[in-house]
Amino acid sequence: MNSSALIHAVIDGVLTGSVYALMATGLTLIFGVMDIINVAQGIFVILGAYLSYALSVHWGIDPFVGLVITIPTLFLVGIVVERAFIGRLKGPEKTAMSILVTYAISLVIEGSLNMIFSVNYVQISASYVNKTFRIFGVYFAYIYVYGFIMAAILLVALYVMLYRTRFGASIRASLADQTAAALVGIDVKRVSTICFGIGIAVTAAGGMVFGATNAFNASTSYDLISRLLVIIVLGGMGSLGGALLAGILMVTLEDIVGVVWSPVWSIIAFYIVLVIVLSIRPQGLFGKQSARVA
Amino acid sequence: MKRKGKLFRACGVTSVAAATVMMMATASGASSSGSIAKGAPVKIGISLSLSGDFSADGLAYQQGYKLWAADVNASGGLLGHKVVLDITSDASSPTQVVTNYQKLISVDHDNLTFGPFSTLLTLPAAQTVNRYGYAMIEGAGGGPSVFQAGLKNVFDVTLPVAYDLKPFATWLTSLPASTRPKTISYVTSNDPFTQPVVQEAQKLIGKSVKTVYNKVFPAEATDYTSIADAVAAAKAQVVVLGSVDVPTVSAFMQAFEQAHYTPKAFIATAGPDQGASFIKAVGAGNADGMMVPNSWYGGSKNAASRKMVAEYVKKYGGTAAGVNADIAEAYSVGQVMAQAVTATKGFSNTAIIKYLHSGATLSSVQGSVKFDALGENTAQTAYTFQWQGAKFVEVNPVSDPGAVKVLFPKPAWGK
Repeated sequence: MNSSALIHAVIDGVLTGSVYALMATGLTLIFGVMDIINVAQGIFVILGAYLSYALSVHWGIDPFVGLVITIPTLFLVGIVVERAFIGRLKGPEKTAMSILVTYAISLVIEGSLNMIFSVNYVQISASYVNKTFRIFGVYFAYIYVYGFIMAAILLVALYVMLYRTRFGASIRASLADQTAAALVGIDVKRVSTICFGIGIAVTAAGGMVFGATNAFNASTSYDLISRLLVIIVLGGMGSLGGALLAGILMVTLEDIVGVVWSPVWSIIAFYIVLVIVLSIRPQGLFGKQSARVA
Repeated sequence: MKRKGKLFRACGVTSVAAATVMMMATASGASSSGSIAKGAPVKIGISLSLSGDFSADGLAYQQGYKLWAADVNASGGLLGHKVVLDITSDASSPTQVVTNYQKLISVDHDNLTFGPFSTLLTLPAAQTVNRYGYAMIEGAGGGPSVFQAGLKNVFDVTLPVAYDLKPFATWLTSLPASTRPKTISYVTSNDPFTQPVVQEAQKLIGKSVKTVYNKVFPAEATDYTSIADAVAAAKAQVVVLGSVDVPTVSAFMQAFEQAHYTPKAFIATAGPDQGASFIKAVGAGNADGMMVPNSWYGGSKNAASRKMVAEYVKKYGGTAAGVNADIAEAYSVGQVMAQAVTATKGFSNTAIIKYLHSGATLSSVQGSVKFDALGENTAQTAYTFQWQGAKFVEVNPVSDPGAVKVLFPKPAWGK
């Protein structure tokens, strides 16, 4: 085994894992507040990637600058989807039904993207996407470093919003107990709508980095959603910190196993860890039992 | 209780017997008798990956099949019957493809079937249609697992994939010792299409070039960075990548560039053959020197191929070099079926299977087609293609008149 490959694996894992964590944060936020399992999160990531791609190709807007447009756009898309479909789900079957509804949304968006962009793979390009800098003999790709910084900023912003603002307190109250939150005067419906919007908005950022580091088409979303669901299960459904840790843990562990042992065992190794964690803590690393029951 | 138990048993036996009779009736009824009423169309059932992992290839196949059907119908159809394609999507799922072919045969009563995309889906699809006595002519199920299943109804119009890298291996090992690369890395997805190709290449290259990296990665991987970094760290002069699609190749190319590593030769089993789709993802500058095995390319001199390419470009735009090889594979499937129908003077699947096993040599846009007992096409030649200055050209076998000189060593990324 080559030691530089191992160092690369750890660095790649942390840098890439943070972006996966950002994508998964939206998913876990939506589940935590609304009890909605949004299986359309993968296609929203790809939608975000396509928006950045379109801005870059047609208007020459840098993908990171383009986030000023794509994040609010996807926030609005999230609000519309929540109002039109998700918010209408009621009753004890709400969580199960949400899987079907969001899957249908996913199919509609996938079909639309295929019609608009065709099924040909595309990749977001910018001058720095393939450029690197070197520290102590290790190459760092700018795109991964920028992506990591962006993910860190957005995750900190989410944290500040959740723990330092009045609206954040409303979200946390809704996360803990929706009925009690409503009883103390919180407009849970409004909180849910905005949370769904935020959950979708973060996919714009995650999608942009994903699209700059991978060739993609609409169907790429299928690979993504399975990864994102696994991250929030390991981290604990509804836990933002859990999503962050699990995202980084998943990619880093896979990368290390791939280099030290064999790539073919990398995903299996992660699932072994997942099974062990869930057998000890069925609610995931940072999840609360009540969140799973809900 | 005892009587109730007997009653249940009797009902159970009766139900099983009835179901068996119905299945047999369905199967025999579904299996095309070989005659179609005058004026009625001939329906061809096809399951394609119109969404999911293989959607890019699935949609290209759909274009190829439709192009062939349009050509056949323009010249009067098959034995005077208009061809109607009954296409349904399997979402790239090996379980859905089974359901689809069952429906196409037993519910839609399609007369003939064409294959889906990929070895992964072709095997369950061929097993399913075999139960109904249908022939499965296909162009993308060339992995050994398809032929090792012992089916008599499957016919792959494309060269078996195991031989794909033979011209490349021959070229590499025949280079003079002074210029021949010294080290090689093999890395492949654990896919039934890619693994046999890479393993066969390893056998052919043997010890002529020293192996410094040899790993398999899971087909489900979404992040290839660490695997590609490990390959780059091995610093081999040649890389053989077992890939099934553009994103895999693109991810390795990007990681290599970021690691400032340019192998002297880089061949991928699939991806660079995707024409415009590949160039759009990786950029024309980076494509230079990338190699891929295949049995067809847009610049082929075959007259039927040139006609098909012209029709394709007229209908969908682009250039000959940008035409996906999937189009030619799908078109060839239709051509072979048309020749079998004409030769057997009907639509009997039994007769078609017998005819295709007869050793007859057929023609297609990909070249000659002749099936062995396993359904492999033994008449095709493997080629290696390379991107050179935004052109997709044939480089191997070097003895082939159409081959141009290999761009070796591969230019640095982005140059």
